[in-house]
Amino acid sequence: MATDEGPRERLAVNVCHFARLLRKAGLPVGPGAVLDAVRTVDAIDVSVREDFYWALHAVFVKRRDQHEVFDECFQGFWRDPFAINQALSILLPRTEPPRQKQKDQRRRVAEAWQSPHRPDESPPPDEEEVQLDALMTASATERLQGMDFEQMSAAELEEAKAAIARMDLSAMAVPTRRFAPSPRGRVDLRATMRASLRGGGADIPLRFRRRRVLPPPVVVFCDISGSMGRYSRMLLHFMHALTNDRTRVHSFVFGTRFTNVTRALRNRDVDEAFAVMGADVEDWSGGTRIGQAVRTFNVAWSRRVLGQGAILLLITDGLDRDDTALLREEMDRLHKSCRRLIWLNPLLRYDGFEPLAKGIQAILPHVDEMRPVHNLRSLNQLAEALGPRGRRVVA
Amino acid sequence: MGEESQPSGAGTIPTSVDETIALLARGRYICDRALATAVYLSIELGRPLFLEGDAGVGKTEIAKVLAATLGRKLIRLQCYEGLDVASAVYEWNYARQMMELRLAEASGEQTDRASLSKHIFDERFLLERPLLEALRPRPEGPPVLLIDELDRTDEPFEAYLLEVLSDFQITIPELGPVVAEPPPLVIITSNRTREIHDALKRRCFYHWVDYPSFEREREILSLKVPEASAGLSQQVVALVQALRDRDLFKAPGIAETIDWAKALVALDRVEVDSDGFTGTLGVVLKYQDDIRKLGNKEAAEGIIAEAAERAESA
Repeated sequence: MATDEGPRERLAVNVCHFARLLRKAGLPVGPGAVLDAVRTVDAIDVSVREDFYWALHAVFVKRRDQHEVFDECFQGFWRDPFAINQALSILLPRTEPPRQKQKDQRRRVAEAWQSPHRPDESPPPDEEEVQLDALMTASATERLQGMDFEQMSAAELEEAKAAIARMDLSAMAVPTRRFAPSPRGRVDLRATMRASLRGGGADIPLRFRRRRVLPPPVVVFCDISGSMGRYSRMLLHFMHALTNDRTRVHSFVFGTRFTNVTRALRNRDVDEAFAVMGADVEDWSGGTRIGQAVRTFNVAWSRRVLGQGAILLLITDGLDRDDTALLREEMDRLHKSCRRLIWLNPLLRYDGFEPLAKGIQAILPHVDEMRPVHNLRSLNQLAEALGPRGRRVVA
Repeated sequence: MGEESQPSGAGTIPTSVDETIALLARGRYICDRALATAVYLSIELGRPLFLEGDAGVGKTEIAKVLAATLGRKLIRLQCYEGLDVASAVYEWNYARQMMELRLAEASGEQTDRASLSKHIFDERFLLERPLLEALRPRPEGPPVLLIDELDRTDEPFEAYLLEVLSDFQITIPELGPVVAEPPPLVIITSNRTREIHDALKRRCFYHWVDYPSFEREREILSLKVPEASAGLSQQVVALVQALRDRDLFKAPGIAETIDWAKALVALDRVEVDSDGFTGTLGVVLKYQDDIRKLGNKEAAEGIIAEAAERAESA
């Protein structure tokens, strides 16, 4: 280490440089963490490399999955601090630095200005507008392009929001263990006592409270395989709108693999969300391995996201390539670990639907309700199917 | 794993990572340098320590051991959904307050509102709950505050903790702020049944408690179950390590290793054969699917052979 005998100041400067490297590599390192790190290295014996490593680790790493990035940065940086550029060039392809994102954005803004369709010139919104108003941010990602993914137009965005607003999941709201003031209910002693003293203690006017009711967390588990291809775009918009509409939404997509897209979808801007997601997801429109995907979810995620009494929304047509024994077993486990399992099935283009496919038969006994949608064409239909009056098939 | 350990050489705060390891070892807790560094930093810089990891890897135990070896009081706040201020921080004793109110009325003294409310919201009627208790000064030094399984509570409580953990201060509207000086040692554990918000993690030192290596686990076992023979503990550890590499719904933790060794000792086994394995599997694996997968003779023999190889190479 070059800093062994150097004065403390020099080490502090190097820690700052190291923090910058981590930041560039994608770790959320704020100035507060840098200050902590400087104080931390003061507190330990820096000549023991292992201690030094774990001390910085305790400050900079806040999630288990950040460990690898930290490790690589540490090994690169503290061997030879002048090789930062080299280290960065290894790391950069993996994680996109924020600056790059901004560039894309700027291009989009520029293109928006150049577009002949200014908002005030555009025709009144009607069915066709959806096709006309495709302001290109063509750049974003190739994968999503390859999927025939147009950008979401302003009109569609509105539609999505309206549909989500209409989608009434309130029937599923669950009482929490927290209380809110209410004209009736149990006596709230704390409020009563305060109210009494406010009046000088002459009388004791009763105050009441009642359990607060909250919509439960939602976990969306969405199929993006080939057979679902025609719905993917709408489903993703739905997931994005849902994620931004309420708290406690987790989204996963699966085809032959399985990806958690929650963080990507949290981007407010729908285009950016899809761009980030396009970089993460690698199995658009491929085959389906529902059983395997559900298993991965059960083992790695169900205990982390279903713990709070979540509603699980499974969106798939149930056409599985794998053997159904695994699927049956894993669906059983999935069903047992969530509060309510709703299966939304877009029914594969034909109306005379009967649950004959093996995959469907494997899933059906393990869902609380199936909501089939014929010819899923719009978010409206989707919201309707999920609303209180949607058609239900209770298994 | 909760074994009582006597505080020995209590009260001395460690001043280096090595001393921290030694301190924890006195409390019969064996840990790697990574964890010891995090613990030491948390003590030295007065920051909470946030421990995440699978169930049964000894997250809670570390707080107990710290309290015992440092001779501090352990204050434990077990989290659950709906945990609120009344059960985590403080509550007023309403019955006594009302009585006081009636007494004031009956005595007929003319008191103004301000003094009456001061009289009613007095420390005498305050019921302290763990968080407030942890901020109170104690003769033997600040206590160890264990906030256990934070992931079980909900976001509102997490948000409340932000103030407590960054300033070590709690504000009671009627009494004013209570500040801890010096702050307690705070250990927060989470099983990751929910992501904890970054804002809270940012205020803590973070450490992911992993499963121990073969050597370390054997060390732990010989310390915790000394009555097991060297051969048996070697085999148990090798088996558990092999199980962790299998595709299981829930891999066994250190707690399971210890339980299993104890169970085998109680059954007077000197070695685990396939019958003994299937018979005691319920101590190690807690899910029916996992047990079914490994509960037959073939699977048992397979894993026992695998474990024997591991033990040899170790």
